[in-house]
Amino acid sequence: MSGALARYLDGSPRGRLHLQHGPIDLVIGLDDAHRGCDVDDMRQRAYRTAWERFSTILDELVRELPLLRRPAKPNGPLPNGAVARRMVRATEPFAADYFITPMAAVAGAVADEILAAMLRAFGSGDRPERIYVNNGGDIAVHLDRSAAFRVGMSREDGAAFGALTLSANDPARGVATSGRGGRSLSMGIADSVTVVAADAAAADAAATLIANAVDLPGHSAIARAPADSVVDDSDLGDRLVVTGCGALAADEIDLALRAGLDKAELFIRQGLIDRSALFLGREGRLAGRPAPGESAFPTPTSDNQTTRPLHHA
Amino acid sequence: MVKQKVEISANGKIRCDACPVMCYISDGRSGACDRYANVGGELIRVDPLTVVEKTISEGGKVVPFMPGEAEAEWDGDLVHSSKRFVTAVGAGTTYPDYKPAPFIVSQKENGVDMVTVVTEGIFSYCGVKVKIDTDRFLGPETAAVMVDGEAVGHVTTGEYGSQMLSLGGVHHLTGGSKKEGRVTCDTLLKLSNCAPVTMSIDGGVELTIQAGAAPIINGEEETRMRVGCGSATIGMFAKQWMGHVDEVVVVDDHITGVLSEHQAGKLLDVPETGIRINGRRSTPGRYFKVADPGIGWGGTDISDPLTILGEFDAKKAWPGMRMLMVSTTGDQYGYYILDDKLTPELQTVLPPALQESVEIIAENCEPALTSVLFVGGAGGSLRAGVTRNPVRLTRSVKDAITYVSCGGVPAYVWPGGGITVMVDVTRMPSNSFGYVPTPALVAPIEFTMRLDDYRALGGHMEAVVPIEQALDVAERKVAPSERAPWPTASRNFRWGA
Repeated sequence: MSGALARYLDGSPRGRLHLQHGPIDLVIGLDDAHRGCDVDDMRQRAYRTAWERFSTILDELVRELPLLRRPAKPNGPLPNGAVARRMVRATEPFAADYFITPMAAVAGAVADEILAAMLRAFGSGDRPERIYVNNGGDIAVHLDRSAAFRVGMSREDGAAFGALTLSANDPARGVATSGRGGRSLSMGIADSVTVVAADAAAADAAATLIANAVDLPGHSAIARAPADSVVDDSDLGDRLVVTGCGALAADEIDLALRAGLDKAELFIRQGLIDRSALFLGREGRLAGRPAPGESAFPTPTSDNQTTRPLHHA
Repeated sequence: MVKQKVEISANGKIRCDACPVMCYISDGRSGACDRYANVGGELIRVDPLTVVEKTISEGGKVVPFMPGEAEAEWDGDLVHSSKRFVTAVGAGTTYPDYKPAPFIVSQKENGVDMVTVVTEGIFSYCGVKVKIDTDRFLGPETAAVMVDGEAVGHVTTGEYGSQMLSLGGVHHLTGGSKKEGRVTCDTLLKLSNCAPVTMSIDGGVELTIQAGAAPIINGEEETRMRVGCGSATIGMFAKQWMGHVDEVVVVDDHITGVLSEHQAGKLLDVPETGIRINGRRSTPGRYFKVADPGIGWGGTDISDPLTILGEFDAKKAWPGMRMLMVSTTGDQYGYYILDDKLTPELQTVLPPALQESVEIIAENCEPALTSVLFVGGAGGSLRAGVTRNPVRLTRSVKDAITYVSCGGVPAYVWPGGGITVMVDVTRMPSNSFGYVPTPALVAPIEFTMRLDDYRALGGHMEAVVPIEQALDVAERKVAPSERAPWPTASRNFRWGA
């Protein structure tokens, strides 16, 4: 059995740090435009802390895996591990109305936990300007002063879909993406759904549900199969997941995206997320008010104030 | 891709034991990580097997994440412009024991057909010996070393300028409670992979140690190890003090030295000073037990060196007498002049010549480091993966017919029975060690010998593959350890020496 691995990605300790253990891959970066050589020391301190915290995370999760694979319940049992608790807290607000297991937030929760560990290594006054922990697209960020974090979104074929920008004065500190493009199964047909929320775990859980909602129930072009027939040990059990999606007409795509958009806007009203970008085929929609850095989005053609169609590049 | 044999299966699924998730994987599917897959009942890994490459230019050095880590990206060089050696890092292991090791690789070295048996050994009999360069008192000999409330080892003998810890071993790994085993395994894993571990010693200090880094004792980083005991320091520097000072006391937990009484002082005609030391006199000018051990001056518990002095003998001492007191590392010092009542008065200014002598003592003290040697015994099971007759491998190693390396760096083979090896973890590729929940450590071990010798000792000849075949499945490439002999070089063997 192999243990956790750590290495620099860019050939120098000033580069990004890659941590890997079993299915978890993290890419961590730290920068600060306003400090000189202190940044290298800060980076070392942060990376060491991240590595120490990371080394036990998978074991902690595995110990409570049976509980974490069961559907979340309002006021359900609280696990022991810090990451497991983050997962439960992130999925609990949805538990009364939707099928969701804490596993829906696992990637975001790991990113949040590692980020929190690194921040604890600094006093509140001497934190670096920006740290990010990217767990396969689910990203926890720390931003101070004028720092910003930009997430570019693209279609599977690489065509750019615009970008989301988190800035220091924007309270959101997490971004997550879900959909059929990723490693997990989806109950919907969205190519991808990106969510910006208070932390990565919350974004992760919401992205999963919004991606599930982008759907055309009963449509003949959509192939479905029980989750446990597709992947072994799936937390989704025998629930149907999408295994293929044929060509859809423009109005069908619009209908599917609208279903997802309704869900996203509901979550925004409930204060669970900040904004979300949904993609299917050549179409995209944005729920929530775009941040100033997101002027790259095309001007709305829809009369719905919170909805903007996104043209592919 | 690397194929591994998997024994555990249920309902046509195999159980991957590559990471703690332990996925069940059906034929044609991959596990949660997408790194391991089940192809026709075989576990296929896409994860890199580690190869040490000796490039002609030696240009493979990259900045490590932790001390000891040196990785370079695979440059796609498949031409024979460089020499390669397949290590056991990431090789996996086989079970049950009679099966050949995961990789038995042949290659030519100067015209000789060599074979290297590569396996990751599961060591339930293993531990680390830790040498901590410090004169500070870490804890009494045999005191338990505690991590997370569990005993993981003990303080053993004090050695030259350093304190030794013995951690792990089968009694802590499997002889105690479940938690004790888990914590011990985790401690050994971290130390062996050059990660820091914080521990406390019963009746002693709190300690953070990391292979290749300075020890941190009670929150303070140790900087230097002493050049010698107090008496030796007097002997080394006596001449430099002549004419600048009348008396020198080098404070040391082991042997405190006094210049005027020491043989070195006598030979240089240093007059008696009437000094009296509270301690047990060993031979002239050498005192044991001037104080209790601690983290003060020279590894004692004192912060004011005058407390080790008795009253000066009025018949021999004189007002105006100059005295230097210094610790064995030069970290602490004080310059005193006796007043009319023969009481030492601390001076605020140290004469330049004495300042220089203190600095020379400090300069001669080397940087304090923590070194970690992994010690493991290759049991019969591991040896059976190499040969059908395990004891022949033992004999072959003892006869220098077989060369043992761990992650490509030389392993010291302990004399006596069995194959108990000892290796400096900082020289091994990063994260060479893993664990199994037994609990036991997984460590890479390679046995290299001539192909003919391998056949003679009953090797698994049917499993020998050319190195090119192993390289096809290897993606991780590391630079060779500095100063390490090349594993297949003939001078490692009796026949080539």
